[in-house]
Amino acid sequence: MTFGSLIATPSDLTDTASSKCAIVMMTRIRLARNLASHRFPGRASPDERAEIRAACQQTINNLPLMQPAYDLAISDLTELQKQILVERHLISRELSASPDGAAAMISNDHTCSVMINEEDHLRIQFLRAGFQLKKTWAAINAFDTAIEDTLEYAFSPTLGYLTACPTNVGTGLRASAMMHLPALVIGGHMEKVVRAVNQLGIVVRGQFGEGSDASGSIFQISNQTTLGESEEQIIKRLSAVLSSIVEHELNARARLIENDSSKLFDKIGRAYGILQNAHLLTSSEAMNLLSLVRLGIDLGIFPDSGRPLVDRLFIESQPGHIQNNAGQAQIEPALRDTLRAAQTRAAFADFAPPNFIPAIEEPPSEPDAAPSQN
Amino acid sequence: MANQLKCVSCGKPATVHFTQILNNKVHKVDLCEACAQEKGLTTLAGFELPLDLFPPKATSEPTAAAPESGLTLRCEKCGFTEADFKKTGRFGCPHCYETFKQMLGPMLDGMHKGTAHTGKVPRHAAARKEYHDRLSQLELTLASAIKDERYEDAARYRDEIAQVKQTYGKQEAAS
Ligand SMILES: [Zn+2]
Ligand SMILES: [Zn+2]
Repeated sequence: MTFGSLIATPSDLTDTASSKCAIVMMTRIRLARNLASHRFPGRASPDERAEIRAACQQTINNLPLMQPAYDLAISDLTELQKQILVERHLISRELSASPDGAAAMISNDHTCSVMINEEDHLRIQFLRAGFQLKKTWAAINAFDTAIEDTLEYAFSPTLGYLTACPTNVGTGLRASAMMHLPALVIGGHMEKVVRAVNQLGIVVRGQFGEGSDASGSIFQISNQTTLGESEEQIIKRLSAVLSSIVEHELNARARLIENDSSKLFDKIGRAYGILQNAHLLTSSEAMNLLSLVRLGIDLGIFPDSGRPLVDRLFIESQPGHIQNNAGQAQIEPALRDTLRAAQTRAAFADFAPPNFIPAIEEPPSEPDAAPSQN
Repeated sequence: MANQLKCVSCGKPATVHFTQILNNKVHKVDLCEACAQEKGLTTLAGFELPLDLFPPKATSEPTAAAPESGLTLRCEKCGFTEADFKKTGRFGCPHCYETFKQMLGPMLDGMHKGTAHTGKVPRHAAARKEYHDRLSQLELTLASAIKDERYEDAARYRDEIAQVKQTYGKQEAAS
């Protein structure tokens, strides 16, 4: 299958997002794995990297989930194609910059992507819309076990899966969620959340960050440690933290509506107006405006049916996608801003107007009570 | 707001946190969003930890650096040296974990929740793990039998060890 058909194929992540994805937009789990008999990609010669790729390819091509699959050699892709894959979370920037032997095998529905010869021989990644850590773990675990039937992984009984970087040794598992946290950002609570979460061994990173820290109010939250805990324990811990962040975000939303509703409605209303009428939009401005409309959808100001469009625009407003839609190899950033605005205007032309009688998602339990957990 | 982490780059409140290993030490790096972005740490790919937040201070010729003692660890499988590891924070091959065991221990301690793997075990490795576990358990019982002068028991354990070695040893050689 070709790259062109990959871009044209609708994916679960961009097209069928539902209300369950309100705050946790996406779940992602990756496993770092290496073959027992080879040097790590960073140390392997081009020939050895080619051997590694061939061995992995053969095994992965036989798995049911990967029939059919996209099998892309990084060296065959243009810069723009690589950028699009990065913007869609299907490959890492590191892989896109890798020399010989680097490849990506991507399932037809885009929910599974296997990177070959990145930092490790295999970086297996599963993506799901919404908050689905357990299901995603079950799926990737089965996939990994099937690979292990034919490939012998580098594994030590005491240290677990051996990885190029000791920060990944053990389970080799990085579980993460992309969270949309506009009310925590507007209320200035993100720092506090980040600090609390760090103490639990969970890392927060800005996401879609091109402009300010609030760009899109989207954060990637993931486990930092991989050794000394089982996969289930890691996932359970992360899951608990995510649930608690969701609760804080819901509380922050309720507080904004109680104390500052005109200000909040003004932001959301203006965002809608700009998206419908702007002629120049930078990527980071687009993210921030889309974030406010998305918040409006969560609050019932816009109909729920608008969510897939907004989620798709988060992806398609990024530079690589704008450039690709324009069908030109090189466009000036200024022209890109024009094209982005045109795309957004078209998308919002028929978007239902706001109805500012928000339904609070869930009444916060004991709004001002001291938090029971520490 | 006591004890608030500051950005290592500009001193503003830090909201992005990374861990990296350099020169055998774990560094926790705290950055504000703006500086993290400037260093390219907030990209969509953002799964990986960057290496060059703390570039080595004295960037002298890396090849000219002579080992302090005559003993420099070198991986027999991939040729990676201690210096290579310190420079890149990465190992060259799975065997490096054995080669650099000594320096790895304290490092892992600061980096992770624990120092021993308690998670998933690949099926083929499961058989091997079972073998090693069984063997070390038998060796312990044997030692204590000898210590207690229970020689009949000791002889029995010795036979058992030989038997385990024989059956599993074949499997190991075959895989
Ligand atoms: Zn800073
Ligand atoms: Zn080695």
